[in-house]
Parts: sequence; structure tokens; C-alpha cells
Amino acid sequence: MIGYAFLLIIAVTLVGFWMGRAKGASFITAGGPKVHSLPGYHGAYVAAWVGVPAFILVLIWVSLQSQVVESMVLGGLPESMTAGASTAQMSLYLSEIKNVASGRMFSEPSPEIVEAAATLTRLDVIADWALVVVLLALMVAALTFTRNQLSARFRSRNNFERVVSGLMIFCSTLAILTTAGIVASLVYEAAAFFRLVPITEFLFGLKWEPQIALRPDQIAGAGAFGAVPVFAGTLLISLIAMAVATPIGLFTAIYLVEYAGDGVRAVVKPIMEILAGVPTVVFGFFAILVVAPAVREAGGLVGIPISPNSAFAAGAVMGIMILPFISSLSDDALKAVPRSMRDGSLALGATPGETITKVLLPAALPGIVGGILLGVSRAIGETMIVVMAAGLIASLTFNPLDSVTTVTVQIVTLLIGDTEFDSPKTLAAFALGLVLFLITLVLNIVALRIVRKYREQYE
Amino acid sequence: MSDISLRGPVEWSSETAVARRKSRYAADRRLQFYGIAAITTAIGLLGLLIVSLASTGYLAFVQTKVTLDFPIRAEWVKAEDPAAGNYRNVVRQALLDIFPEVTTPPDQRKLGEIITNNAQFMVRDAVLANPSVIGGTLTLTVPSSDPFDQLNKGAISRDVPENQRRVTDQQIAWFDRLVEQDRVAAPFNWELVTNADSRFPELAGLAGAITGSFYALLVCFVLSFPIGIAAAIYLEEFAPKNRWTDLIEVNINNLAAVPSIVFGLLGLAVFLNFFGLPRSAPLVGGMVLALMTLPTMIIVTRASLKAVPPSIREAALGMGASKHQVIMHHVLPLALPGILTGTIIGLAQALGETAPLLLIGMNAFITSPPGGLLEASTALPTQIFIWADSPERGFVSRTSAAILVLLGFLIVMNGIAVFLRQRLERTW
Repeated sequence: MIGYAFLLIIAVTLVGFWMGRAKGASFITAGGPKVHSLPGYHGAYVAAWVGVPAFILVLIWVSLQSQVVESMVLGGLPESMTAGASTAQMSLYLSEIKNVASGRMFSEPSPEIVEAAATLTRLDVIADWALVVVLLALMVAALTFTRNQLSARFRSRNNFERVVSGLMIFCSTLAILTTAGIVASLVYEAAAFFRLVPITEFLFGLKWEPQIALRPDQIAGAGAFGAVPVFAGTLLISLIAMAVATPIGLFTAIYLVEYAGDGVRAVVKPIMEILAGVPTVVFGFFAILVVAPAVREAGGLVGIPISPNSAFAAGAVMGIMILPFISSLSDDALKAVPRSMRDGSLALGATPGETITKVLLPAALPGIVGGILLGVSRAIGETMIVVMAAGLIASLTFNPLDSVTTVTVQIVTLLIGDTEFDSPKTLAAFALGLVLFLITLVLNIVALRIVRKYREQYE
Repeated sequence: MSDISLRGPVEWSSETAVARRKSRYAADRRLQFYGIAAITTAIGLLGLLIVSLASTGYLAFVQTKVTLDFPIRAEWVKAEDPAAGNYRNVVRQALLDIFPEVTTPPDQRKLGEIITNNAQFMVRDAVLANPSVIGGTLTLTVPSSDPFDQLNKGAISRDVPENQRRVTDQQIAWFDRLVEQDRVAAPFNWELVTNADSRFPELAGLAGAITGSFYALLVCFVLSFPIGIAAAIYLEEFAPKNRWTDLIEVNINNLAAVPSIVFGLLGLAVFLNFFGLPRSAPLVGGMVLALMTLPTMIIVTRASLKAVPPSIREAALGMGASKHQVIMHHVLPLALPGILTGTIIGLAQALGETAPLLLIGMNAFITSPPGGLLEASTALPTQIFIWADSPERGFVSRTSAAILVLLGFLIVMNGIAVFLRQRLERTW
């Protein structure tokens, strides 16, 4: 239905454009008044006022239609069924009605349900036709009105450009809306969680066992929502990742900036870009296919038992993922150091190595630190590698050979499968998400500020 | 400063000076060595990644298939209603015709394990397509089951003791007889891209995932491309320098660095829970991906707009064009190649994104490709995640193969981007 609505909008908008342009062309007469806008702008002006409001109307209509129709159908159910029914029961009725309406019957439905299903179908048809009628009326009204406005001196171009500017402003505020949406949804759900579980228990509790029953017949633990082991696991894996990524990335950047010839750079840079472009799910599979068994076998050789999903394997693979990121940001920072400083150092007789360690690195340090902070923020927020290679059980340990879990792993495991927005299990994921968002936000702001401030210094 | 002049002339060839120079050069060489070691490690790791994927994945690009003559007897398959026929008997008889000595039911069941579980449905579909074979025989090639696929490819070794492998010696002997009769072949596995997901590795394919990813990317492109360009034009060309636009700028830079899973949470809370859009739908996946790609798009477009020299704008303004006309008629067309390059790279990133799609349920088990934007579906990266989680051995090579397909798509997209950049982008 919505597809036809959009087709209708496009068709009427085109008609509007054509009619506006035709009228605009008619103004151009020899000896007539001077025309302000080209015919195309007259057409575009009419089209904009026909298309844009209609488009907005359809979006609003579609987002409201099903809710209105459903509440009307449920309101039409007899008293005997609705009296004292819980929301869960009502939604059960609703899904049964919908199933019957679309012809999927699993058992013989009660006559009330069949009747409600018929109402649902009827109301949906009415709503669809009402949309078409309202839409057409709106567009025809807009077309007639704007077309009557047109005249030789009418400033169609300026008016059309004003509409376009408004659309562009709206588009640029979408970024703000996205952030607001993220913050609002996280805060809203997390607040619901903190009503069920005190915030102090969440932030300082040492036990994390969120797999509680969503339905009474499920067998599960009693539940504990102390997130300290989860934070500790995240920290451990991120530290391992950075311990792998920082030296390799930094030395790669140093070599590329100071020692490598053009040939080496031309080979290594694309390879780093390829490494940066590999999706994280691929690294996750690499971790369980190659790295984790190798680490385990190596441990077996020297007689140390290593967990099959050890923090070390997951962290090391995550380090490989972050490595190109660190290397390219360090590369940028080292290159941004003015050439005169480097040449001065070399002219005083310092070796290239001394120039790097004593002149370039200290000068580029803020940029490199900023890059490392961005890397840490990535490591904390990285999901797929740890979901596939790290553990699910939250144990409070700093032994890299043990299995630990992370914030992102918990979010994914809590939200895969049943999601009930009134269970602490589901809401806990949003509380974790809020913590994750805040930590990465602070890291990003600090890192971006350091990087930018430092760049301005030399430019 | 004065002590410089007090120091005597430096004896450069003295032993201490030579030793110091030596150690300094050694330190320099050490640093150089560390750099080479780091680069070698990085390249080696990438090589290991590709080799391990290719060495496990290539197996899935061929599929062992068995050609059998299925007797479509009229007693089992009625001509008036071929869909309801007893095709299990047909399949069993086809094998028994080759191995008449197998008589006991347990042995017959073992024999049946050689070919895929779904063989009866394949025979049924073939009969439905051509009802004239009823009463005769139908020669059809069906996939072998996963263990025999692995055996044929050498992934299951015959030297392993019988109780440690999933095929018995007797089954191997039967299978070898099929090989002798030239009934076994391993052609290129087109089903990998034409079949949808299945519980049986030998039948599982990527058609559903590729379609789902295509729909999601389409939605992502349709939303993020125009919105990104419009936002970038406003911020770069029109926006006054004030607090509000500063806020938008900081916002966009931060959004680009927000962990992808947070976007998944947003999609779950807003699109699914609040607006009630269907779970697992490519539409929702595409919308979440669009929100993620938008900052990248805006940043890339702004950079391309900035690269157009001001002389173009001034010339157009000088000819009497309005600000909008300058941008629409002159600046934007010149910036378009750069924008397109950035768009393709942004879409390639979106194609590999997994975590947000998991949260909105695009990791469901779905056995047919989605027919539309609102139908449940998987995407390529989530399909990889599902298969990587599956215990059957055949799924290991399927997963690697799926990753190779995904990487293939990424390489093609990035290749197009590089090509566009080299061919169309102008330097001023």
C-alpha cells in the first residue's frame, strides 16, 4: 500500500511540475512584463509544495495507522474478554486476530476473534482508501493553490530555493536527532532497569548472572546484576589488544615515515588499508578457527591449561584489527611534524633513529596518544570478535589465559532471542549500552580534541 | 654555553668516540629492524588470515554429487496427485537397485545416509516439473550428505580408526562402489549462491543472505546518499558559523566513532520497540546502517566540496548565478566523483557490519530469500556468524567460503571506488 502511495505522490508531483512549467512558459511573451524566474523554477516550486507535504503525510499516516486500527479492534472486543485482561493477554489476542485475518489458523478460533479479524481487515481497507483520498485531496489543493500563485513577477526561484534550504537544514539536524535518539533510548531503558536493580548494585556489584527467566516455565538462575566482572573483562581484553596493536602499529608507522623508500610504502600502505577493511566478523572467525586453537595447543605444549575462549586469543585478534588504525594515525602525526625540525636534527649529526626517538616522537606524541585513545575506544566498543571468541561467563579475573566476558558480548547475548522490554534481563543490555556509549564518547572527545589541538599548532 | 669553548677539540677517531658511534649506529639499525619486524608481522598476519580462509573455504566451492536412477513406480507416485507420492521409497529403491545385497533395515538406513536428507524433495520437485516420468525412471544428480562430501574431498581421512570418524568402513565401501560406477562427481558448487540457508551443510547457500544484504544496502544507499549530500552542502556552503552548526559538527565527528552496537541498540529500541517495525527485516537493517553511514557520507562529501576551487564559485557568482545555482550547477557536479568514491567505500563498510544487525534480529534461521523489504532475512555477515556457530563440520568450509564471497564483494566495491577516483577525480 505504502508503495502505491509513493507512486501516487511521484505521479502527481510530476504533473505539478509539468503544469507549473507550462504556466511559467506562458509568461514569456514578446512585449509582456519581465519574467522573474525560468519556467523550470515555476514547475519546481509547484512540485516541491505538492510532493514534500504529501510525503510527510504518508510517513505520519503509516506510523500511526496500525496503532489506531489495532486499538479500535481491541476496543471492539466484547467485555467478557477484555475485562481484567493484562497487556500481555491483549497482545496475545491481537496477534491471534492478525493471524486469523491473514489466513493463518492454527486452531479453531473463537467467533469473537473471527469477528474481530473481519473488523481488522475492514478497517485496514478503509484506512488505506482514506489515505489515498486524503493524499489526493492534499496534493490537488496544494497544486491548485501554488499554481494560482504563479505570475510573471512571482519569485518562484527564491521560493523553491527556500524549500530546498529548509530540507538541507532538516537533513543536517538528523545527525543531532540520531545522537538524541541514542541518548534518549539508552537513558529511557536504563532508567527502567535502575528502577528494578539499584544503580549502586549495577556499578559496584561483583556478581553478574543475568540469565533469568523471562517466562515462569523457564529454568534459570535467580539473577545478579553486578557489572564489575564485565567491566574488568572488557578492560583486560582491551589492554591485550592495545599491547598487540600499539607496538606493531607504531613501529610500522616509524619505519614507513623514516626508513621506507617509495617502493616499500607503495606496497605496505595498501596492505594496511586491506587489513583495515576486513569486516570484524571475519576476524572473529579467524580467532576461533586459527588463533584460539593455536594458543591452546601452545599452552598444552608447556603444560599450561588455557581456556578455549581465552581473553588472550580474543584480545590478540582484536589487536590485529586495531593495528592499521594505530599505524595510520601515528603515520599522520609523525608526518605532520614540520620538515625543518627533522632536517635540523639530521643536520646536527643525529642518526635517523635518534631523530625519530628524540625529535619526531616527542613532537608527535599528542597525536599518537590521541590515536591510541581512539584505538582504545574501538577496542571497548568492538563486538563481533569478542562475541565469537571470548566467553559468556563473567568471572572476575585478570588472568589473560582465562575466559572473560565483555560489555558488548553481554549486550548481544542478552538481546538475542527473547526480548521483553519489562524484564531486567533485556533492560540490563541497555544499561550496559549506556555505560559503553558514555565511556567511548568521553574517549572520543578527548582524543579528537588532542589530535586537533596538536594539528593546529603546526599548521 | 661557555663550557663548549672550554672543551678541547673532539678526537673523532678515538676509541671512545668510535665505540659511541658504533652503538649509536647499532641503535639506529635496531630501530629499523623493529620496524621491519612490525611490518612483516602485520603482513604475515594478513597472509595467515587469507591462507587459512582460502585453505578451508575452497572445499565449499565444489560439492560432491551422486547421480542415481530413481524408479518412479506408479504404486508410489500416483499420476493424479504426484505431490503426495511416497518419495522416500523411491530414493531408497534407487540405492537398493545398485546395492541389492543390502537387506536389513539398519543397513539400508546406513546406505541412505550417503545422499542428502532432502533427496526425496528434490526427486518430488523433478517429478512435478516433468510428470511424464511417472512409471519410468528418472536420472537425477543429488548432493551427497556432508560426511561423504568431506570424505570425497579428503577432509575426513580413511586412515582414522572407524570409531573416530562419522562414516563407517561399510559406508566407505559402498561409496567407493558408487565412485567406481562413475556416479560420483564434484562439480562447481553453484548452489552456494543459489540456495538459501539450510540445516544441512550440503544444501546451505548464500542466496538469502546476499539478497538480504542487497536490500539492506539499497535502503542504506537510498537514505544516506541524498541526506548525506544535503547535510554536507548545508554545513559546507550555507551554514553560518555559530554555536548550533558547531554543535552539529562535533556531533557528526563523534557519531562516526560511536561503537556500531550502540546503533543496534538504537534500532532495537526505536525502530522495533517504538515504531513496531518487523524484526529481522532488511528495511530496519538498512535504516540502522544508514544512520551509521551518514556521518561518513557527510564527512566525505564535505571534503569533496572543499576540494572544488573557489574560483569556480566566484566565476559562477560573477555570471549572476544564485548561491543555489552555483552549487547545484557547478560545485556539486565537480565534486560528484569524490562523493561517489566515498559513498562506495561507506557502503562497503556497511556491508561488513554485523553487530547492529544481530540486535535487530537479522540472524534468524530463514530458508528462503526475502521477497521484499519487510520480510525476515539474514545478511552476509550475519550468515557468516550463524554458520560459524554451527557445529557441523561442513559449515566450517561454508563459513570460510561465505567470508571469501563477502571479501570478494568488498574487493569489487573498493576496486570500483579506486577506479572512479583515478578516472574521474580532477586535481586543480
